[in-house]
Amino acid sequence: MSQTDTATDTGEIASVSGPVVTATGLNAQMNDVVYVGDEGLMGEVIEIEGETTTIQVYEETSGISPGQPVENTGEPLTVDLGPGVLDTIYDGVQRPLDVLEDEMGAFLDRGVDSPGIDLEASWDFSPTVSAGDVVEPGDVVGTVPETVSIEHKVLVPPDFEGGEVVEVNEGEHTVTEPIVVLDNGEEVTMHQEWPVRQARPSAEKFTPTEPLVTGQRVQDGLFPIAKGGTAAIPGPFGSGKTVTQQQLAKWSDADIVVYIGCGERGNEMTEVIEDFPNLTDPKSGNPLMARTTLIANTSNMPVAARESCIYTGITIAEFYRDMGYDVALMADSTSRWAEAMREISSRLEEMPGEGGYPAYLAARLAQFYERAGRFETLRGEEGSVSVVGAVSPPGGDFSEPVTQNTLRIVKCFWALDADLAESRHFPSINWTESYSLYKDQLDPWFEDNVAPDWPEERQWAVDVLDEEDELQEIVQLVGRDALPDDQRLTLDVARYIREAFLQQDAFHDVDTFSPPEKTYEILTAIHTYNDEAFAALEAGAPIEEITSIDAAPRLNRIATQEEYEAYVEELEEEITEQLQALY
Amino acid sequence: MKEYQTITEVSGPLVYVETDEPIGYDEIVEIETPSGEVKRGQVLETAEDYVAIQVFEGTEGVGRDASVRFLGETLKLPVTEDLLGRVLDGSGNPIDGGPDIVPDERRSIVGAAINPTAREYPEEFIQTGISAIDGMNTLVRGQKLPIFSASGLPHSELALQIARQASVPEDVADEGEETEFAVVFAGMGITQEEANEFMDDFERTGALERSVVFLNLADDPAVERTVTPRMALTTAEYLAFEKGYHVLTVLTDMTNYCEALREIGAAREEVPGRRGYPGYMYTDLAQLYERAGRLQGEDGSVTQIPILTMPGDDDTHPIPDLTGYITEGQIMLGRELNSQGVEPPIDVLPSLSRLMDDGIGEGVTRADHSGVSDQLFASYAEGKDLRDLVNIVGREALDERDNKVLDFAEAFEEEFVDQGFHTDRDIEDTLDIAWDVLSILPKSELSRIDEEFIEEYYLGEEPDTADDAEEAEA
Repeated sequence: MSQTDTATDTGEIASVSGPVVTATGLNAQMNDVVYVGDEGLMGEVIEIEGETTTIQVYEETSGISPGQPVENTGEPLTVDLGPGVLDTIYDGVQRPLDVLEDEMGAFLDRGVDSPGIDLEASWDFSPTVSAGDVVEPGDVVGTVPETVSIEHKVLVPPDFEGGEVVEVNEGEHTVTEPIVVLDNGEEVTMHQEWPVRQARPSAEKFTPTEPLVTGQRVQDGLFPIAKGGTAAIPGPFGSGKTVTQQQLAKWSDADIVVYIGCGERGNEMTEVIEDFPNLTDPKSGNPLMARTTLIANTSNMPVAARESCIYTGITIAEFYRDMGYDVALMADSTSRWAEAMREISSRLEEMPGEGGYPAYLAARLAQFYERAGRFETLRGEEGSVSVVGAVSPPGGDFSEPVTQNTLRIVKCFWALDADLAESRHFPSINWTESYSLYKDQLDPWFEDNVAPDWPEERQWAVDVLDEEDELQEIVQLVGRDALPDDQRLTLDVARYIREAFLQQDAFHDVDTFSPPEKTYEILTAIHTYNDEAFAALEAGAPIEEITSIDAAPRLNRIATQEEYEAYVEELEEEITEQLQALY
Repeated sequence: MKEYQTITEVSGPLVYVETDEPIGYDEIVEIETPSGEVKRGQVLETAEDYVAIQVFEGTEGVGRDASVRFLGETLKLPVTEDLLGRVLDGSGNPIDGGPDIVPDERRSIVGAAINPTAREYPEEFIQTGISAIDGMNTLVRGQKLPIFSASGLPHSELALQIARQASVPEDVADEGEETEFAVVFAGMGITQEEANEFMDDFERTGALERSVVFLNLADDPAVERTVTPRMALTTAEYLAFEKGYHVLTVLTDMTNYCEALREIGAAREEVPGRRGYPGYMYTDLAQLYERAGRLQGEDGSVTQIPILTMPGDDDTHPIPDLTGYITEGQIMLGRELNSQGVEPPIDVLPSLSRLMDDGIGEGVTRADHSGVSDQLFASYAEGKDLRDLVNIVGREALDERDNKVLDFAEAFEEEFVDQGFHTDRDIEDTLDIAWDVLSILPKSELSRIDEEFIEEYYLGEEPDTADDAEEAEA
């Protein structure tokens, strides 16, 4: 860092237009962080042309005038990494929002800078190395209890050379004090900085084979995502993107969750901030916040910070991946991020590409999603980053550039549907349009851990839904009564798949989280009804009587039962009994 | 204060001036024409030797000989509690012939973003007395819930009905709470007639005393529209967070506001986004809509009801589309319902209140509220689908169950939605009427409602016999 310090220099503002400021007299490099104006507003260099440096400013620029100073830090935008990142709520440039509230009150003023982690706080360091050990970059030198859920592993930073340990300082230390000293003079502290636009190094990237269990039936059951996988949730407004994202953040079985509210509604972020500390992690029983970092850059915060918040989030995710954890990152919404790029690009008067977005949109999206994956860390452990990006296509039109460019990259597509949302079918994931390319590689896990016939049951459900889809077209023309009995029964079964299985109430205490076993049980219960009903039909029972047995509608109530096993068992018996009584 | 007579270019609403001192971005400017008229403007872009200014009152009469004064500060609005009862123009000058405003404070109209950690999550039910809203798209204090309308639909009547009837049921309001209710109304580019409609109603009901009205009329300068809502929201924030009022802010018509943004963008020769609207329109709208909410430790609240008319009834048009992505739902008016004479013609299916779930239920409205609402949505959606089918195959081709769903859909529109603009229903009435119409359906169809509530409220015939016949066709 001593090298870059010498590059620090000062220039002068030449012009101001919204978040874009130009300066002269700076000897800056691309993506250097600069402080703009008398108030020292944070900004980043985004273009250099001759003597003129163009800067995007992360704060409101009202009142800033030409002639005011610009100070270059000579360093790119970095995040502070170390214990204290979890259980914290940040803005888009990793300023803790509670610190900002203390300093400026309820309304976000400007010109206040704050480190991402508390540099004064001290943590109890338990070393796992002792003098004489040789350590390499990425190796763990000790642990710190960061939250009740997560043990923070202190790593030798990836940009160190490594060497023999000569000094180990156990016990309470602040994050900036050296805790391990190497023979080449390198000092390991709990605090690291990392440039956000640069992926943290890893040894290797594997094909993911384990699902990220979400506790959501339509996702686990029909369109599973892998740990280390990528998924997109596109949908028009009001189709339930945010609730779907929040459900994943709440219930997925990742070790760490990074939730990015990118251009989100303020009240929605507040809901997350109020909810998460009171929710319990189903895996550990601890508060959800103990494994979560929130990045809240609401829609009315400066647009440049919206552009950077995605990078801030993914870098934090990679940091915990390097400790060997499974991290899930939710970005809501990547469209707002793309729009921030577009807005800045148009202020720079760049030649617009499709839909007015800059030509580098596809490349940026790909770079971001490519930072997801199941990795071997530098020290040979496994860690993963799963990325779920919401997309908000204008007018709900999936052919627009952000959706299309995202679909070229992600392997899991959960298409939200306005019609389903209007009839209050939630989650409104359209089962004919959505897909998951992870299905085959995850099947072995489901077979081993949930049920051996998981893939067959899923395929059965998909087939029934497909058939319903075809039959619906006929029904639209001739009415249901014109169909033969077996097809009418198929429609009845498909309705139960939709209502009892696909629909899930995120606001119901029990239904909000459905473990894979329950997901499977609900499906097999419907399958039982299907088999018995068709048997009854073949034996000559009238279709009206088959579909009106009073046990069948109770399939819709399984989801809300806490003790579902007994309920399902009893229900299956009753269904069988009632149907067999018909012939 | 330095005065310049160095205008180099006048183009639409923009004026370019050469300067020899640094001018701050967003700073306020006064331009005096040779005839002595003073116009105000704002710095849109500033460089070392020139600035671009947008002139609020229009550039008519501005020439190269006009003089320009930079006031050295950003646009501020004098605020005081005495603004209540006053009528101001789109730039905040009184037009009601009343006394000058003695400000308590001068506030920048560019609101700062509220820190999400300082917000309080809105969950206090506001009873609007309108069944389609209270029952199915519940409004809560601190929410921003726009009305998506279209030309020829009675959005003004609906906004007025809300402003008139909005209250918090007494048993719900916190005990000992003596917070007052105020309305801030911003009209952007509305016709004199529309403005009269609002003003007359405000005066007739005595609402004017607790209202602040900002009026930018259709023949006022378009650029002024970009500051009118900011003034209104600055007033609203002051009343809410300094004086503890519950403020309902009505912004109409946001479509005119966006047109003004487009006009400025075009004059600056910016690269246009969708349909010619500027690429930053999302950010700009967010800076308005996000100025709603509640703060921890403050009594007051800002609730926003922006009204916009969808060009061509198209909800994928950039204005409603971007709005919908920022606001917490929308109330959609339907042309078909309107022509059927349904008042208010709220089309509930595409309508939505995102903050509803925490604002309803036991202890607030009624325990069955959430289930009833879901059931109304689901069954009405099915009824609408069946209507399409009826058009093809006729009603006779449908079975008994489907016919009941159709009956329900009809009753729902006539009994539940069509209440008239002057009927004020409390939440108990609304839910009771909901049960009236839901009871047209057989019990077994009510899968969204918990069994205990069906037992308590269902009014239909004996379930057992009905059940069998209905389920047969399910």
